[in-house]
Amino acid sequence: MNKPIRRVSVFCLLLIMALLLRTNWIQGVEADTYANNQYNDRVKYDRYAYPRGNIVAGGQPVTSSDFVNGYRYKYKTTWNDGPMYAPVTGFSSQAFGSSQLEQLEDPILSGTDDRLFFRNTLDMLTGKQKQGGDVITTINPKAQKAAFDGLGNHKGAAVAIDPRTGAILALVSTPSYDPSTFAGTSDADSQAWQALTKNPDQPMLNRALRETYPPGSTFKLVTAATAFETGKYQNITDVTDTPQTYILPGTNTPLNNDSPDEPCTNATLVDALAISCNTVYGKIGAELGEQKLLAQADKFGFNSSFSVPMKSAPSVFPNNSSPDGTAQDAIGQHNTAATPLQMAMVASAIANNGKLMQPYLVDEERSANSTTVSKHSAQEMDQAISPATAQKLQQMMVAVVQNGTGKLAQISGVEVGGKTGTAQHGQDNSGLPFAWFVSYAKVGDSAPVAVAVVVEDGGARNDISGGALAAPIAKSVMQAVIGQ
Amino acid sequence: MSAFQLSGRTGRPVGLGSPGAPNRRNTELGLLAFAVLLPTLAYANVGLAVDRRLPAGMLEYGLGIGALALVAHLVMRRFAPYADPLLLPLATLLNGLGLVMIWRLDKAGPLLQHNAPAAPFQLLWSALGVALFIGVITLLKGHLALQRYTYVSMAAALALLAAPAFLPARRSDFGAKIWIHAGGFSIQPGEFAKIILAVFFAGYLTVNRDALALASRRVLGLYLPRGRDLGPILVVWALSILILVFETDLGSSLLFFGLFVVMLYVATERTSWIVFGLLLATAGAALVGSTEQHVRIRINAWLDPMAAFGPHPPAGTTEQIGQALFAFGTGGVTGAGLGQGRSWLIGFAAKSDFILGSFGEELGLTGLMALFVVYGLVVQRALRTALAARDPFGKLLAVGLGSAFALQVFVVAGGVTGLIPLTGMTMPFMAQGGSSVVANWALVALLLKISDSARRPAPEPTRAVRA
Repeated sequence: MNKPIRRVSVFCLLLIMALLLRTNWIQGVEADTYANNQYNDRVKYDRYAYPRGNIVAGGQPVTSSDFVNGYRYKYKTTWNDGPMYAPVTGFSSQAFGSSQLEQLEDPILSGTDDRLFFRNTLDMLTGKQKQGGDVITTINPKAQKAAFDGLGNHKGAAVAIDPRTGAILALVSTPSYDPSTFAGTSDADSQAWQALTKNPDQPMLNRALRETYPPGSTFKLVTAATAFETGKYQNITDVTDTPQTYILPGTNTPLNNDSPDEPCTNATLVDALAISCNTVYGKIGAELGEQKLLAQADKFGFNSSFSVPMKSAPSVFPNNSSPDGTAQDAIGQHNTAATPLQMAMVASAIANNGKLMQPYLVDEERSANSTTVSKHSAQEMDQAISPATAQKLQQMMVAVVQNGTGKLAQISGVEVGGKTGTAQHGQDNSGLPFAWFVSYAKVGDSAPVAVAVVVEDGGARNDISGGALAAPIAKSVMQAVIGQ
Repeated sequence: MSAFQLSGRTGRPVGLGSPGAPNRRNTELGLLAFAVLLPTLAYANVGLAVDRRLPAGMLEYGLGIGALALVAHLVMRRFAPYADPLLLPLATLLNGLGLVMIWRLDKAGPLLQHNAPAAPFQLLWSALGVALFIGVITLLKGHLALQRYTYVSMAAALALLAAPAFLPARRSDFGAKIWIHAGGFSIQPGEFAKIILAVFFAGYLTVNRDALALASRRVLGLYLPRGRDLGPILVVWALSILILVFETDLGSSLLFFGLFVVMLYVATERTSWIVFGLLLATAGAALVGSTEQHVRIRINAWLDPMAAFGPHPPAGTTEQIGQALFAFGTGGVTGAGLGQGRSWLIGFAAKSDFILGSFGEELGLTGLMALFVVYGLVVQRALRTALAARDPFGKLLAVGLGSAFALQVFVVAGGVTGLIPLTGMTMPFMAQGGSSVVANWALVALLLKISDSARRPAPEPTRAVRA
């Protein structure tokens, strides 16, 4: 019987061989396919198996990674001042994914970035726990807080930029949300998430970057810039040829000012900006024509989106409007639309003598042991306007704050330039009006801060009330930055 | 081929014992020390990985397994001194590693659906298994004594197999009716039936092998046996299909049928039995596969394990195969390390049917290959015993037990790794479950008993004179 027993032995050997081959195939050849399969829950548990890096503002971490339990998810992210920083950090939830910096900087925060490979390997060999790196933002916590507190219960947004570098000092959107409430996987987290996604006020919408509003009178800065750049006017005191009632070209529709009492007839450029004459800038816009306005608007960044690294919505200055439409576009109505970021960029280009810097939010990426992985260097985007034009616009903006509609932005001993705006929108202006204020503050010869604030508020009926709502917020942000 | 035939040290054909032939008990003791040390260190490893400290019961665990192994070894020295030195250490190693993995998965208890700690029970069952092992080694005079119980064995095996089919199933049985519930315990009679059937087959074939082998007609180049001799194989085949139908247990029927065909082939040395067996098995599997819902689901899950995921999984499908593949893939070549995997994601079966998935994740390809080699060695020692045995009954019983063990390992591991459809059997010695551990200890005891008689030196006529 030994011959068949030997054959049976060979057969059994083949069975074991087949198992060896199969397991080599699965664990050797196809291992990664299974390990990284989207349905393999280990992938998402791994993300939270070690401390995640932090997002830092003003030297203080805004987020922290806390050890929660030993099994499924070991670490959970929590936020300090979550609602205030949510438009910057976004959320990082074990169950609902991530957004904003938490999403875009995930390779650094989770420590999986290729640039951390050497560090990670070293840590693995020395037995140190894996840890994510930190992301250092440009946010100035005081400015952020000033903007957040200022907006309060209003719906709106504020963006502050350092005009010299493009660093974003404040980025606030209200109403906001606390990412901590749904960072985990419990029922409470799930309920918080459901409530947020169903909230008609859209707390998770980043209004500062992603929402475009009609910029209203603040767009007159761009129209004025076009007028100087194209040589249509030379000085801010040049008298304009403006009738008492300006009829939109090709129509019988009059373009009205906020109040019929405003001295807008043949007003100078500086006066017309200070009291925000629609007739003056509407007529200038119509005379300049759509193409020249469009070219200037584009130089300020309209019709493009920016990665700060979150992608902003492109602001719009329209093409192919009829002449009457262009007259309205020139005063920030009709089809013109801008993000708060875009209007902050306009103000910062003017404050920075015409040079527009690339806006950015991430100053530095660091590994877990605080060595720098990357550092942002200020980059010029465009010379949006000539220094001479910038000077003229600065003078006009200072006039707005000194004796125009933006008086509430005055800071004693500091040169502040600004521009109010109130944008009507909706069918027959039925929607909530938007109160705007864009401004900058100068210390000595340089401007360390430019701000754009927009407040969605039913009380905003004209530029003065717009200035009343938005200007104080901008003022407190500027004070926070310059330390006054 | 010669590796199966010749003794490692002397190169002499095994079985032809001579005076002074080494009995290898010291080799066994050394290997046992290793087989106890390795799981103890693995236990420490799990404790360090999960709790960041040495487990409190480490000493007790090591001493406990060590004591069981030592008692078994001492019994071997007294009652089976010439038995194979490898089988006891191999069984101890597998049982110890299984215990560690079950304890490790107990630690993930809150994450499992069925979170009652299983390691203490498994330890108890292991002790019972060793007790049965000792009982067989001490009480069984020699394996030939079993031949007397040929037909009693047949009746016992059939009764055991049939019992679950007539008992009400429980919801927790997951589709297959292969358990008998008694009090708080449940046993899987198939595990014992495997051994008892091997005894019956060996006994029956020892007596009838000549009739089966010689009284045949040649048809189409194959030797066909006479109808009355063919009867038994057809009966067993039909029974295995019936078990499958009533108890929806693909694995057991495959195992019993395979066992019978292999033993018939060895007994008669007729290749035609293999051909018949394969034809009948294919026909049976095709029939059942196309009619039985439970079996069809498993075949579909084997063909497309990922179909269970996503928003619209097909009805009745299971995630387990896919989850096991994720575990294997995540383990990769070197594994996550003991205690550092997440094989509880496989679900309730991570400790039982899918314990190999847990090992694959935490020990990786490296560890899994080592485990397969250990299982392969058990099979090899069994078949080597069959070659060495001096009587046909011993040969047949050893080859039956060895090939049943090999088939079971292949069917379970093949199912878990997605090589063949899943059948829901237990990984011998390692999987959580009392019947499996106890039955396999008995299996090893029988093999050792056969090998003891095979390697025992022939009594020397002159010896008495000299003394």
